[in-house]
Amino acid sequence: MFDIGLGHYLTLGAIIFTIGIIGIFLNRKNIIVILMSIELILLAVNINLVSFSIYLNDLTGQIFTLFILTVAAAEAAIGLAIIVIYYRNSGTIRVQEINKLKG
Amino acid sequence: MTDLNFIYSELFLAISIMSLLIIGVFKKNSSNLIYNLSIISLLSCLALIFSFPINENAELFNNSYKIDYLSSFMKILTISSGIFVLISSNKYIQTININKIEYPILALSSILGMMVMISSNDLILFYVGLELQSLALYVLASFNRDNLSSSESGLKYFVLSALSSGLLLYGCSLIYGFSGSTNFFVISENLTQDDYVLTFGIVFIIVGLAFKISAVPFHMWAPDVYEGSPTSITIFFAILPKIAALTVFIRFLYVPFLNLIDQWQMIMVFLSIASMLFGAIAAIGQSNLKRLVAYSSIGHMGYALAGLATGTNQGIQSSISYISIYLFMNLAFFCCLFMLRRDEKYFENIQDLSGLSKNHPLLSFCFLIVLFSLAGIPPLAGFFAKFYIFSAVIDQSMYFLAIVGLLATVIAAFYYLRLIKIIYFDKEKEKYETNHNIGLKLSLLISSIFILFYFTYPSWLIEIVEKINII
Repeated sequence: MFDIGLGHYLTLGAIIFTIGIIGIFLNRKNIIVILMSIELILLAVNINLVSFSIYLNDLTGQIFTLFILTVAAAEAAIGLAIIVIYYRNSGTIRVQEINKLKG
Repeated sequence: MTDLNFIYSELFLAISIMSLLIIGVFKKNSSNLIYNLSIISLLSCLALIFSFPINENAELFNNSYKIDYLSSFMKILTISSGIFVLISSNKYIQTININKIEYPILALSSILGMMVMISSNDLILFYVGLELQSLALYVLASFNRDNLSSSESGLKYFVLSALSSGLLLYGCSLIYGFSGSTNFFVISENLTQDDYVLTFGIVFIIVGLAFKISAVPFHMWAPDVYEGSPTSITIFFAILPKIAALTVFIRFLYVPFLNLIDQWQMIMVFLSIASMLFGAIAAIGQSNLKRLVAYSSIGHMGYALAGLATGTNQGIQSSISYISIYLFMNLAFFCCLFMLRRDEKYFENIQDLSGLSKNHPLLSFCFLIVLFSLAGIPPLAGFFAKFYIFSAVIDQSMYFLAIVGLLATVIAAFYYLRLIKIIYFDKEKEKYETNHNIGLKLSLLISSIFILFYFTYPSWLIEIVEKINII
């Protein structure tokens, strides 16, 4: 067995971050999936910060993580509210049909 | 406790937001009252900033909050443009029926977030301020909730802005991990020159900030959001977040990362050139005035970034004077847009301007000076703004940047002049209404006078801006 060190956590963070970014750009179906991808990105940042915080023996990273968790919850709430009002006006949340404004 | 003396204006704004919310909930039909009270609280906030000596230097709360000349100046700009936006769009929000109590309160919260951003000297505080600003702006963009384009613009802004915050945070986490602190001063002490991970962090944060000021290639949200959201919010988007994000750019690049200038200078030059050219070329085919303003603001941000790319105090000062003059030009342009009203309907297409000069000579004259100034034609204020930028750029021998900038100005002049041609030489249409409220007239008057007579005494702005010495 090998020891799990900072590098492994950072790799995990980078992988989750990449999945989040790809989820936003390749997703053609549903806005909810985009919302989930945004949460994934923030989660990757949290993993990074917490592992750095343990590695540096410094609490700031964990405090930062708490702030990010709070803000992510508020952001998800507002995002869902905007999706609801969009659905009421257009009757769809499919990504390829959100194209009234373009040019 | 002495720390609190320096943040009276922020404290006052926060408390007034909460008390206005309580008043609005418990008093029926109080939307007009709340609107006026929020203008008054912004005015008192401005007075509170002026009541302290502006050139005070202080670091509060373990060096995480910085009060200096730059922050005071930018806060004054933010708050006063907030006041102008609110007083000029009063009639508009009543006409399209979004005059709810939440509207001014959300605007105040985003201004509070911008003030925190402007003063932040720490990554955590910067992030919290940024999110306070953007969360309020998501809601404001989709505020006209029964309108499909408004809700669509809110949705697009939400998705792209949340993505950019994510990128920015990833950069923050890398910088924290490899420098061991979130404080800008400590980061600059702990920097090692050849750490490529830090460069990654800087790139991520620059990308996140470039999203906020809509620099190319991260501009794709701007035209849609500007067109879809209510015009009173479009003017908000066009002015206020850019002031705050530009200040953060200055603080971020020039305090912790000045020693790594070789690594970020090329990125800034690229962002600046791409924005100037794209803003000039893409605006040519537009038919909606708000969309046109979006592209023109992308171009203008390119010039402001050109000043920042120089890496000198003069460059920073020229960027700051550019953004101050840009603010007045945009304010005047939107005030003119608010005057195109007939039968409770606002017009925002280029063809609606056709032959405006026959029926409304004064309004057309205002349009004329604003458009000439945006195009950078002397002796109007916009010329001086571009002049400062180009002289700062040429002093650093960055000739390529200066030449591309001048070319972009020439291309951009085409669509501004086309608007003037439509206003003055095309066939006239029906008259617009002329009974505008006093706030709108006042803001148009002040901003037009500023643009028109800036050349008589240009040194006052230079004297103010010259006291900003970051490096």
